[in-house]
Amino acid sequence: MELNFTGTDICAINGTRSAPEAHYNTVVVGAGPSGIAAAIDAAKAGLRVLLVDENPVSGALMGNDVPLYFGGRMTAATQNTERMLEAIFMSMPALETAMDAGVELLLGTTAWGVYRNGPGVASLPEQVVGLADAERSWIVGFDNIILATGGRDLAMAFPGWNQPGVMGAAALQMLLTRYEAFAGRRVLIIGSHDLALETALLAKERGIDVVGLVEVRAAPQGRSELITKVEAAGIALYCGQTIASAKGGIDGVESATLSSGAEIACDTICVAIGLIPSIELVDAMHGERALNAQRGGYIPQGEATVSAVGDCAGLTDTGFDHIAYRMEWMRALSSVSADDTIICQCEEVTRADLIGVQPPNYLTRPAPMCARSLETLLDDGPANPDQIKRLTRAGMGVCQGRRCRDQVAMLLAIEADKPFGTIPLASHRAPVRPLPLKILAEWDEPAALDAAWDVWFGIPTQWVPVEDLNTPYQDEHREMLYTGMYK
Amino acid sequence: MSGSEVVIVGGGVTGLSAGWWLARSGVKVTVLDKFIVGWEASGRNGGGASHYASPLFDEEQRLWPQMDELLGYPTEHQKGRILIAMTERQWEQYRFIAERHKRLNHPVELLDVKQVQEAVPLAGDNCFGGVHYKFGGHANPQRSVQAYAWALQDLGGKIIQHSPVTGFETAGGKVTAVKTANATYGCDSVVVAAGPQIPQLMAQLGVNVPLAAARAEMIITEPAPMMPLGGVDGHKIYGRQTMRGNLAYGGGPHEWLDMDATGPAARPSTPLARNLAKRLAELLPKAAHLNVIRSWAGVIENSPDGRPIIDRLTSPDNVVVASMSSVGFGLSPASGHAIRDLVIDGKCSFADIDILKLSRFDNLESDWREKRGWMPIT
Repeated sequence: MELNFTGTDICAINGTRSAPEAHYNTVVVGAGPSGIAAAIDAAKAGLRVLLVDENPVSGALMGNDVPLYFGGRMTAATQNTERMLEAIFMSMPALETAMDAGVELLLGTTAWGVYRNGPGVASLPEQVVGLADAERSWIVGFDNIILATGGRDLAMAFPGWNQPGVMGAAALQMLLTRYEAFAGRRVLIIGSHDLALETALLAKERGIDVVGLVEVRAAPQGRSELITKVEAAGIALYCGQTIASAKGGIDGVESATLSSGAEIACDTICVAIGLIPSIELVDAMHGERALNAQRGGYIPQGEATVSAVGDCAGLTDTGFDHIAYRMEWMRALSSVSADDTIICQCEEVTRADLIGVQPPNYLTRPAPMCARSLETLLDDGPANPDQIKRLTRAGMGVCQGRRCRDQVAMLLAIEADKPFGTIPLASHRAPVRPLPLKILAEWDEPAALDAAWDVWFGIPTQWVPVEDLNTPYQDEHREMLYTGMYK
Repeated sequence: MSGSEVVIVGGGVTGLSAGWWLARSGVKVTVLDKFIVGWEASGRNGGGASHYASPLFDEEQRLWPQMDELLGYPTEHQKGRILIAMTERQWEQYRFIAERHKRLNHPVELLDVKQVQEAVPLAGDNCFGGVHYKFGGHANPQRSVQAYAWALQDLGGKIIQHSPVTGFETAGGKVTAVKTANATYGCDSVVVAAGPQIPQLMAQLGVNVPLAAARAEMIITEPAPMMPLGGVDGHKIYGRQTMRGNLAYGGGPHEWLDMDATGPAARPSTPLARNLAKRLAELLPKAAHLNVIRSWAGVIENSPDGRPIIDRLTSPDNVVVASMSSVGFGLSPASGHAIRDLVIDGKCSFADIDILKLSRFDNLESDWREKRGWMPIT
């Protein structure tokens, strides 16, 4: 093959991507109170504003704990998208204000990725956000993006947590207030900081039987006026205890057993230990973020065209160290549960296999494999959740690590005897929400992109069998399989 | 040369396999990696193991079925592949490839639509037919990379992570030591298998290695029911069904990148995930409802003819350079063996690999990248 030639690489991406369908001055992701307010402000400033919110998500996705940790405790009402849409508008009158202000509003629309040119990529036509609804996906360009994606529930593993009826506080609040679609009746709440106390009071107010709060520390943790209200409501506080297990039947949870041995009948166990700022998009776009223990976890750092508002930007700093609190819970839960407690539900990874860095059960474990563990891996360098994920599959499932990512990091920190903040954040990747192939697909892609498409680099000599080199077959091979630069 | 010290620069799949092969021969091996083993392209690829264009092919085929046992750790190797044609043109091309395999005595079988669907139940009746390779296969790149690393350690080899190589010490026409920021590692021989960073490292030894780096992307779905044959290619995408059931697929246009001595600055994926999704939904229409749960990108280097460079230099004469030119994972059992042979014996024992010598680029023009358009977008 002639190595010196002049040409262009027709299999390079250059200039072949589709243009965004639209361009907005500002895209706001998340139509909670903060997102709506930001959208209205931008519209009033004369900007072209798009406000998207993934809710209502489909019943199937809610079953996968998207976007919150619903634990299968939604009523059938959540299957009815129109009713859900109506519920959102009824519960959030500010949405109409935003539309009146000129904000373009898209509900049931997920922002699944943000892309921009930078290190490692220069081929994007502009910075874009990937959107999808129940029918299709598309991309739009933006000058500024405001992330108002809120917070998500921290899930915590204990024996029996992998059954319907174990859910998160933000999910419970959403089902109670926005959708009126909570399927439980008797709720035990795990935690006693503000989130737990507020959730308990809300549930009680909505007629739910709140059978108690469980607190790992010696005394309730939240604001004193909330504690007073909870006590006044006659809700039991089980302090200095943790949950040891949940028992259940075909419909999920039926009771919880505390570390004291007490068994409490309930159909729902609401894990209200903490909210985590939802920074999936920031992280997937390689945005700046930093750990802030008082504000609930990793939070976005300000960037020129990317900003965050609301819980996504960090919980209100009350001086409470959320990370220390969570770590205390994790230690307590681990101490009372067996090693075979499932940590990653999607991939059924137990704590023993996580800490043993053992492969999934469909693989054999020869003696050398059994001799490996996190301890031996730490001899090679600091613990990295992405490496552990690759080996154990914890966090590799369809929930995209929403249920176990934070727990894995906490367990690694405990096992490595390092502060939580020294454990890197496991990577988030687009699409940050599960999207069916047929929805994600760009069905009407540009002809130029198709023309540039080769299975690999389009270098003919890469695939000519070595036996055929410098024979007539070589040319035949190029003629048949390559139409590009070498012809 | 038992008892001698070999330092391997780069803990990707090629360097680790070479280290494992050398350790098996009783050589003291130290692998230096800038971060964590297999963190770049070695852990970010389609896992294919069917490189019939390579002089290392026979050895690749011989070794993969034994690798779990040889390494002592699971690689998830699965045998066989199928190439499914979705257009008349593809069917013509794939039959051409099948004929070529038959002539080279590689066992292949043409499948009609019904047979394709039996082997690959997620395929639809919209295909034209398939070519079943009764050779080759696929493995889990991330698990395999770690398997090499652990097997190497089990034989006494050392892996030093988080230690980018900064330079070399030379004396008497040989490299005598490899330097990192914190340490200097004395050596009798060096293997430079640092992927896209090879040109910068080798330039320090006065050796020009023409390579160009680019980014490529993949997507992965949630698990699907296991298919009889999981190594499914075609329709200009490549990939596999993992042993867990996920469909992992890549292909399509690449983006050329500049590379400095520290390697890829980032590995961003792009909306190309949508175009991969389109092709995968066409190739496997009964999987179109499956959720895509991740996408990722990797940075790989290519030589000017797209073939690997595996060569022991004449000066300094104790250096083996190895770039697998974007097809390194599958060939790794064989590339490591070849590198071991070059380090210890100066010659590959099982194949004629002269075609992989660096000297084939001696007359390459210095501006070859610019001339052929293998340049980053400015």
